[in-house]
Amino acid sequence: MRILLNLSVFALLVFVIARVAMAETQPAATQRIVSVGGALTEIVYALNADKQLVGVDTTSQYPATATKLPQVGYQRQLSAEGVLSLQPNVIVLTEEAGPPAVLEQIKSAGIKIVTLPAEHSADGVVKKIQGVADTIGKTAEGEAMVLEFKRKLAATQQALPQTNKPNIVFLLNVGNGSPMAAGRNTAANAMIGLAGGNNAFGDTHDGYKPVSSEAMIAANPDIIMLTKDTLETLGGIDKAIAIPGVSLTTAGKTKHIVTMDSLYMLGFGPRLPEAVQELAQLLHKGQ
Amino acid sequence: MLMESRARLTLLLLTGLLLIVFVLSLGIGAVAIPPLEVLGILAQQLGLPVASTFDPGHVSVLLDIRAPRVVLGIMVGAGLAITGATVQGLFRNPLADPGLIGVSSGAALAAVMVIVLGATWLQGISTLLGHYTLPIAAFIGSLGVTMLVYRLANIHGRTDIATMLLAGIAINALMGAATGLLTYAANDAQLRTLTFWSMGSLGNATWAQVLSAAPLLLLPIMALPFFAHALNAILLGEAEAGHLGFNLERIKRVLIVLVALVVGTAVALTGVIGFVGLVVPHLLRLALGPDHRFLLPASALLGSSLLLAADLLARTLVAPAELPIGIITAVIGGPFFLWLLSRYRTRSF
Repeated sequence: MRILLNLSVFALLVFVIARVAMAETQPAATQRIVSVGGALTEIVYALNADKQLVGVDTTSQYPATATKLPQVGYQRQLSAEGVLSLQPNVIVLTEEAGPPAVLEQIKSAGIKIVTLPAEHSADGVVKKIQGVADTIGKTAEGEAMVLEFKRKLAATQQALPQTNKPNIVFLLNVGNGSPMAAGRNTAANAMIGLAGGNNAFGDTHDGYKPVSSEAMIAANPDIIMLTKDTLETLGGIDKAIAIPGVSLTTAGKTKHIVTMDSLYMLGFGPRLPEAVQELAQLLHKGQ
Repeated sequence: MLMESRARLTLLLLTGLLLIVFVLSLGIGAVAIPPLEVLGILAQQLGLPVASTFDPGHVSVLLDIRAPRVVLGIMVGAGLAITGATVQGLFRNPLADPGLIGVSSGAALAAVMVIVLGATWLQGISTLLGHYTLPIAAFIGSLGVTMLVYRLANIHGRTDIATMLLAGIAINALMGAATGLLTYAANDAQLRTLTFWSMGSLGNATWAQVLSAAPLLLLPIMALPFFAHALNAILLGEAEAGHLGFNLERIKRVLIVLVALVVGTAVALTGVIGFVGLVVPHLLRLALGPDHRFLLPASALLGSSLLLAADLLARTLVAPAELPIGIITAVIGGPFFLWLLSRYRTRSF
């Protein structure tokens, strides 16, 4: 009888310990996440859930360790079988991901798809953080991250100089024909606004459109903004100033070219407050 | 006689090639499924008594993702190649491809309209048709533009093939301009979608889509070989074909409709996959001669094999990502074609 009692107490103990241990490890052990979109991948890392990541897309360039994971391709051109080969049980993506038919195939294979907004706004980032946090079962951590994010961004906004706003042109795809300038509804336009600048082409067109030399001169930006990659491809600041039209603008005459990493500046991820602050400093230097 | 037995042997070899590529395509993919399991799952589907049970994930990948893709590849590959051979015969021009009579540019314009205007002006249609908007629009576009080109070339009830070529060139230029205008209006996201669409992919294949498109592809593909004699006669010249008793007007009309059906459906389902339609018939003409009785079925077989092989590479080379198939068809077809050209340089069309 005694032995039986001892045994059952022992069994109970083992059971309790196992349950506690399971409760600790289970979510981490069972969740296999594919993250499609640079900002979402950053959030997964920021929430310390990167162990659950089994794959990312090619836009996930930060942190550098993310690029070591299997890549499921460009976010708009996913492959159903490729994604399934990583055996995920959930895939987080933004509205930009596709093609729709492939997403349907993935869904019909029983994989949960969490779609988050791709808005270029602080609100969009908050939604992304909340969405990712809920997906990986870290809602509380997500809320804390959102609060911290909002606090930092508000602080940045308050520190913005209240003097006149510099006139800015953001250029994409420079070097092949007319340079493409960011207009309304672009990440660059939103960033310029957040950092206290005025997008010179903010009222003329939607998205990225080629602009002529004359339009560039008429816009007369104080500052030209480029991504680091664009400047590298161009071959330096002197080449950037030599872009038709630019040399006759204030930015060209003062050689005022500002560059930032493309995912950092245009990704609208959790590092947005830092990016805004850095950009604001670059834009308002000397003011 | 010698040529005929050689042609029959080639047809047999091509069938064998297609079978091999078919089996490889079903067996290989980003998700590794052991060959025995592939056989087992297929046998089970065919109702054979199979003892073991299979990983449900593998079953789903094989049957719902890989199999419809392979079937679509066979149909589209056969369709592009056989219509390529038909149009080259019809126009008596080895450089002709279905694109010349407006099929591709019409499909492209309609597709670009859906991609660029789908969220704004055409929103009603987009919500009504859902994911089928793009294929349906591309199909209507290709058929509409082909009919337009045909009408323009139809003078006093007679279709002049040379006029049709010229009308095709003019209409293609117009369609290209309209596509360019929409491309200009497109935003960054739409541009990227457009770029991928124009490089083609079999990745969207689902059974529902494949089965609904099957009659539009298979019936014309099976009908085209019946026009082999007429196409052979046209090779002698239109007047000569008429003297031989062929009702050329009707034959041209029917052939153009069949070609537009096949290419329109193919472009709608997969985007633009170049090269197959132009080069497969050439390859076979070099090897078999210009007799359409062999050229048409052989084109269908080789087209299927080439597209399946290209798709196999497209989805495995960079797995878990995927390459656009148009890149692969050009990369494997191009050098092979050049090699053949240099070998058979002396023989002409």
